Amino acid sequence: MAGVPRAAAPVVAALVLMALPALLTPYTSDLVIKIMVLAVFALSLELLVGMTGLVSLGHAAFFGIGAYTVVLASPESDPGNLALLALSSVGAAAAYAVFMGALSLRTKGVYFIMVTLAFAQMAYFVFHDTQLGGGTDGIYLNVRPTIGPLDAGNKLHLYYLALAALAFTYGVLALVRRSRFGHALAGIRVNEPRMRAAGFSTYFYKLAAFVLAGALAGLAGFLLGVKDGYVNPELLSWHESGAVLLMIILGGIGHLRGAVIGAAAFVLLKELYATPAFVGDFLAEHWQLTLGFTIIGFVALLPKGLIGLRARLTPAARKVST
Amino acid sequence: MSAPLLSCEGLTRRFGGLTAVSDVSLGFAMGEVHAVIGTNGAGKSTLINMLSGEMPASAGRIVLDGQDITAWPQPRRARAGVGRSYQRTTIYTEFTVFENCRLSAQAAHARPWAFWESAAACSISGPIARQALAAAGLDAMADRPAGSLSHGGKRQLEIAMCLATEPRVLLLDEPLAGMGAEETDRMLALLAALKPGHAILLVEHDMDAVFRIADRITVMVNGEVIASDAPAAIRANPQVQVAYLGEHA
Repeated sequence: MAGVPRAAAPVVAALVLMALPALLTPYTSDLVIKIMVLAVFALSLELLVGMTGLVSLGHAAFFGIGAYTVVLASPESDPGNLALLALSSVGAAAAYAVFMGALSLRTKGVYFIMVTLAFAQMAYFVFHDTQLGGGTDGIYLNVRPTIGPLDAGNKLHLYYLALAALAFTYGVLALVRRSRFGHALAGIRVNEPRMRAAGFSTYFYKLAAFVLAGALAGLAGFLLGVKDGYVNPELLSWHESGAVLLMIILGGIGHLRGAVIGAAAFVLLKELYATPAFVGDFLAEHWQLTLGFTIIGFVALLPKGLIGLRARLTPAARKVST
Repeated sequence: MSAPLLSCEGLTRRFGGLTAVSDVSLGFAMGEVHAVIGTNGAGKSTLINMLSGEMPASAGRIVLDGQDITAWPQPRRARAGVGRSYQRTTIYTEFTVFENCRLSAQAAHARPWAFWESAAACSISGPIARQALAAAGLDAMADRPAGSLSHGGKRQLEIAMCLATEPRVLLLDEPLAGMGAEETDRMLALLAALKPGHAILLVEHDMDAVFRIADRITVMVNGEVIASDAPAAIRANPQVQVAYLGEHA
């Protein structure tokens, strides 16, 4: 049965991630946390791009707002309440998503891409050009938030916090995908005029998806702010919006696991190409170049992303066996 | 004749200097097939687009069941019972036949925000979709991908999707286009079966079919209505013969 492993794969992956810290060094643990945080970010964009067909080039705005919110809302010298801070990050990102979505969703296609980019750059320059968040220098989070026995300053606690956020995000989006709401989003992606003719007020469906995606990106931003203990305006820049788009393209648009795999591939490739021991000093300094060529290679050879790798291999395997 | 379910008064649509539909006043009654015929560019599709709300009217009024719906956006009109089918096949080819119908049925009903409930197991839209498929004679095809249907099957699905929204008014844009004789017979039988419970506007080029099924025929030329009457009277109308039927004789 093909259905059983399909549903089981995310569960197995979650179990492996739960057991993993026993084997990790501080460096690799940090890398896995980073992957999990970016996987949440990539999943939130997959809701827009893969499920609804809305290509946004401004998704980093919510990521950055989530990260800034936790730093700005934390008390100066005491640990803040983790749950409240997480809710503030998610809420702030969602609020900006309501504003940005309500206006940008009036446009379509390439105009939508440009308008989302413009709104994200607006948020970027607010943090870049004002002293609200320390300007271009960014701002530090002095004490990590806690709740009960859970301390985000503890690397192991943080690891499980990120894992829980990833499982939560994946679970919510998996439910959305199979729900009436998710099916309506798929219909909008394929044929929006037909959905309107059937009686769907598609604007509100798209807005709901946009705000949910923004809120989840805010959750990812919250985790990043807590993990790094430092935020700067670059988190909201269009480079970051482009990077998360690359992650889901790399992994395979149209699948939740594609977003997770893409985030992992992106982080690992970047790590590999920026390490002088692997690629030499010159290339390590210009890791964008090698990463860029790799992505071109991926897109050319695996147009459906890494997720398409198995489909590419399976028909060949089947031919051999029959 | 009873008061029409859907009617328009002085409906006009201008595209820049071109008047595609000019001052059209018509009524569509429950239990009646009202055919609109006319040459290409006569404004039939524009008329449907305005009635369904896909395109705003430049002037005039549209009334549904005593309510002025001229300013209503298309989704609201659809939920109020104005269903339409498309000239080009616009079904979602990647979904199954059943899912195409279920999705249409979902629009007016089931709570979309209940994201934890499975769409496939929806207890409201599912049965409505099955009913619509049965009415359109597609129940045997329910689990096939919509894209794999024959041309006639796709046209049937288009009607089924329209029915799944539980409309009172059916605006059908050339449902017989490209169909063979047998498929045409099947579609006409379907329309006849739907007639008692719906007000049907039928835009169609197939004159034989129109005269077989229509209770009332409106003839449009260059955006204007030149005649609107019972089929026999239309056939005998010299103005219509010159303007339209004559070209085909």
